[in-house]
Amino acid sequence: MRRVVRFWLGDELREVEVPTPTTTLLDWLRGPGRRPGVKEGCNEGDCGACTVLLTRLRDGRLVHEPICACIRLLATVDGCRIGTVEDLAGADGALHPVQRAMVEQHGSQCGFCTPGFVVALHALWLDRPEPPEEASVDGWLAGNLCRCTGYGPIVRAARAAYALGDPAGDPLRANEPLWRARLAALADPDTLLVEGGGGARLVAPTTLEETLDLLAERPDALLLAGGTDIGLWITKELRRPALLLWLGRVAGLDRVEEDAPGLRLGATVTWREAGPALRRLAPGTAELLDRFAGEQVRAVATVAGNLANASPVGDGPPALLALDARLVLRRRDRRRELPLERFFLDYRRTALEPGELIETVLVPRPAPGTRLVFEKVSRRRDQDIATVSAGIALAVENGRVAQVRLAFGGMAAIPVRARAAEAALQGAVWDEATIERAAAALDHDFTPISDHRGSATYRRTLAANLLRRLWLESRGVPVRLHAAEPALG
Amino acid sequence: MAEPVERIRGDVHEPVAHDSAVGHVTGRAAYVDDLPEPAGCLHLALVTAERAHARILDLDLEAVRRAAGVVAVLTAADLGEACDISPVHAQDEPVLAAGEARFWGQPLAVVAAETREQARLAARLARVGYADLPATLTIEQARAAGGELVCTPLTLRRGEVEAALAAAPCRLAGRLRCGAQEHFYLEGQVALAVPGLEGEMLVWSSTQHPSETQLMVARALGLPMAAVTVRCRRLGGGFGGKETQANLWAVLAALVAARTGRPAKLRPDRDEDMVVTGKRHDFLTEFEVGFDRGGRIHAVRATLTARCGHSADLSGPVTDRALFHADNAYHYPAVRLASEPLRTNTCSATAFRGFGGPQGVLVAERIVEEVAFATGLDPLDVRRRNLYREGDPTPYHQPIEDVPLEAILDELERRSAYRERRRAIAAFNAGSPVLKKGIALTPVKFGISFTATWYNQAGALLHVYRDGSVLLAHGGVEMGQGLFVKVAQVVAHELGLDLERIRLATTDTGKVPNSSATAASSGSDLNGMAAQAAARTLKERLTAFAAGRWSVPEDRIAWLPGRVRVGNQEIAWDELVAEAWRARIQLWASGFYRTPEIHWDRQAGRGRPFYYFACGAACAEVTIDTLTGEQLIDRVDVLHDCGRSLSPAVDIGQIEGALVQGIGWLTTEELVWDERGRLRTHAPSTYKIPAAGDRPRILNIALFEGAPNRKPTIHRSKAVGEPPLMLATAVLHALSDAVASVGGHRLCPRLDPPATAEAVLAAVERVRAATAGTTR
Repeated sequence: MRRVVRFWLGDELREVEVPTPTTTLLDWLRGPGRRPGVKEGCNEGDCGACTVLLTRLRDGRLVHEPICACIRLLATVDGCRIGTVEDLAGADGALHPVQRAMVEQHGSQCGFCTPGFVVALHALWLDRPEPPEEASVDGWLAGNLCRCTGYGPIVRAARAAYALGDPAGDPLRANEPLWRARLAALADPDTLLVEGGGGARLVAPTTLEETLDLLAERPDALLLAGGTDIGLWITKELRRPALLLWLGRVAGLDRVEEDAPGLRLGATVTWREAGPALRRLAPGTAELLDRFAGEQVRAVATVAGNLANASPVGDGPPALLALDARLVLRRRDRRRELPLERFFLDYRRTALEPGELIETVLVPRPAPGTRLVFEKVSRRRDQDIATVSAGIALAVENGRVAQVRLAFGGMAAIPVRARAAEAALQGAVWDEATIERAAAALDHDFTPISDHRGSATYRRTLAANLLRRLWLESRGVPVRLHAAEPALG
Repeated sequence: MAEPVERIRGDVHEPVAHDSAVGHVTGRAAYVDDLPEPAGCLHLALVTAERAHARILDLDLEAVRRAAGVVAVLTAADLGEACDISPVHAQDEPVLAAGEARFWGQPLAVVAAETREQARLAARLARVGYADLPATLTIEQARAAGGELVCTPLTLRRGEVEAALAAAPCRLAGRLRCGAQEHFYLEGQVALAVPGLEGEMLVWSSTQHPSETQLMVARALGLPMAAVTVRCRRLGGGFGGKETQANLWAVLAALVAARTGRPAKLRPDRDEDMVVTGKRHDFLTEFEVGFDRGGRIHAVRATLTARCGHSADLSGPVTDRALFHADNAYHYPAVRLASEPLRTNTCSATAFRGFGGPQGVLVAERIVEEVAFATGLDPLDVRRRNLYREGDPTPYHQPIEDVPLEAILDELERRSAYRERRRAIAAFNAGSPVLKKGIALTPVKFGISFTATWYNQAGALLHVYRDGSVLLAHGGVEMGQGLFVKVAQVVAHELGLDLERIRLATTDTGKVPNSSATAASSGSDLNGMAAQAAARTLKERLTAFAAGRWSVPEDRIAWLPGRVRVGNQEIAWDELVAEAWRARIQLWASGFYRTPEIHWDRQAGRGRPFYYFACGAACAEVTIDTLTGEQLIDRVDVLHDCGRSLSPAVDIGQIEGALVQGIGWLTTEELVWDERGRLRTHAPSTYKIPAAGDRPRILNIALFEGAPNRKPTIHRSKAVGEPPLMLATAVLHALSDAVASVGGHRLCPRLDPPATAEAVLAAVERVRAATAGTTR
């Protein structure tokens, strides 16, 4: 049992007695960590002002990721390196190329978001050996908000940095063996325990057996993986869970296995880690992977967590329902498999039983000829929650719908298949009349609500129009805004 | 060959980096919350009302007081009746509400604890008993309840509007609604109060108006202003949201500090900040316009109604400015414009970049659009036919001067290839059933000066130390707009010193008193002139000293970069300063400026409220998806008039940032209050300002060259903070144009902002339904 959290802060090894299990990385950095360059903008992982670089070992390789410090619990950076804006300039004060580029391109005005952008740009620089395209920079920066510049100068700086240096020469790249050794030295099989704040505890075992034992004893324990939603319970609702069971150190839960039947994603596999395999499995998931939150959240949010969270407007469920995903649910004394469809019971309620956790998410390989389409309509294109989302798996053979699965988010209290619409499509001639019948059938499937993301009427129209979009696209009609040329003339 | 002109580094008109750019990118630029906390610092949290309008029957704070770490809890009962922070002295904005809650989120009590977490946890233990009162949340509800106003409305009139409307060949009536906007400064509100040695109070505040924060704190503490110092080095964004809205936090921190004798810091969480503080006013405008078949406007009559929230705050001047800009760039031969500033049970709407101007501009542009659809003319042609010309009178009887709109439109029409692209777009739309494009080119004219004439003053204090170093202080606040570097460029230019030699002082009411808000785009105009005056005073003293010291006539003294030529010898700046100090020359000077010529008689609705106008125009092309209402801004071309730009890189940054902020206001930024008056969009997860991917895919920004300000402003520049926000109007109208295409451009879509995807889709369906069956 280890009670001290160990991590590198820049070039300094820190061994910290964490004040409480719910102490956030941001509060610690700005307080005892003396890193006031890291800013608090929203305290909910949506503005990126607190972006820090997290470096960790995965399969013996160094992984560098931008994360939001505000919703990251301090205890959960155990074994990692945290880099803040303060770590970027050289010891002689020489600016890092991304910093220089930001100055030269006038990338800061009020400056408050700037440290977060600089770190996000540093992460991008480490991720891409060559200057990325502008659109790709936009996507990478989706989790960073700026209210002053209009972003153009920042995006230009992302590219301009490459004229001022070479990512291969970055100290983190040049010193990879050193960092691998440093981080490897922090790995140990001990369970990590953090206590404080009136008896609250965070426990982080390293084996699944120990985890399941604990969960069996304390079924009230709150399972913590990426924590991108639980973080908000802590920072916004001020919830102080009595027992947090952190899965991040459990060996074997982070596996991505890809074989003929499909994908097996362990409980702690993040969206970023699942991305390449998902894209290979179903290219239509690209839209999901690009539009799921921002890079900071994609780097830590887990696929399993996105399902366990059971939000009616999560991005993952509609796509995974359409892909007919299944879950392996594990309790100390039992392992069972459940179709994802049967996992969502009611608003924020799942089929998870006391003492049970999602061990694996199984994503079957779509049958040949079946295409997955993911649709998401939100108020803002990037880093937003869907008004309506849809996962559609469709196979058209000889002019007829051979197979279809339609799943929607934002239309009901849970992410759910549109059975009536599916019935209208299944086996029918693939034509406009069929689509119109399916669109009409959606009214049998759903009675959406009105809220700040959209009216019920708008939701109904969207759901139907997403089916029409499917049809029109299959006829070669341009329907994708971002596929078009930027301007005429 | 002529000798190359020797220049200092960072002279006026040079594109220079923000003075804090290196501090920003290294994280060393510090904000109020980054200051090391003084020993014993208390942390504060608010208890806020959870009703839009209710009598407070019981405020039970026992559990709060007993909670871990709590040191003090203050309510209205502890403060006394005078504790009000209405910036217009309307006495309608208690620091803490007593007896009655007037909006959901109104502060009721402040909790002081040893840590911020303890304060936040404790504040949630408050138990409040309410007796609900009827709440007026919307403009319609407020009118139905009798239409109580928060301040005296304004009417502007010129000509016989009734007769002109009646005589006009065509006439139409319309309504336009526009949404509110949250500032979403990245640095939230924050104040740190530190008790002084002799009963005085020092407050570090993220405020755009240190002198007023000082006044509010002094009043709350019963101290003279001279006993209160407010300091502010930089803001992490303001946009008007810290002009008056910073006072609450500063006053509460100071009250707790005074009561406890301990430093006290109040930094609300983002959600609380968004719920408690005011936003841009949403407006409903009802208008009538008389015009002819040629698209010429004969008369306009309009009432601009604003939802002002529970208190007056700055709603008077904001709604005034909306009227001042309801003409935008167009001559209305006869006009009557009236404001209706309604009191509602919502947070008190406040200043926001443009200060009512943008809401007024939207009215003018909608009128033009309606006339264009009614006459079948291209909206740009209607715009051009009604464009102000030199000498035309405005609705407030100030004649138009130095408004180069025609030249700007000529140049932008050419640069943007507006006509050719309109044809290309029509061809595109004809072949694209789902995706539709639209284009619009709209002008902006914005009046520069505070309409509260007494605000148009500024002071500066310039210190030269005996080692030659220079410290520049003025009353302006740096909030990212580049004010500090601009004023430093002015001083560098006067003294012939490289820009980096001018050190910038934290704004401090103890250095420069009675400053105005850094607002109304006036920061560099006012503070630049004040600093220039101070520098010139010093320069004159040093010139006179040098003439005496080296016995040469003053006209044989030349100021060169970093040195002075005195007769035949050159004296380095540092040496000159050291010599002057030994000779007992006063090496510091103050400067003062007040804007000339302006005056305003609000009763009569006449005067010259603006010293000059800043202008610009934008051409936007967009694509909409008629299945979902989603949209994409394909291209924006901007031509903007900064006079002779004082600092071109800063100005272009202001234009680009303001444009995108304006686009956010008009598209994705929607504030939603529920039927109980509770704000449902109170964090970036639900309130969507533009992200990187939302900026125009192609953006060309150019400064309108060769047009120095005709007025002797600082180096003939023009103010730039607010005007470019209204360039975003082009995007709204391009969206409207795209929507109109589904009805063959026969029906005005009346697309009210924010033009969210939902609003665009609704407009598409409306236009389709209304034009279905009619011949194309």
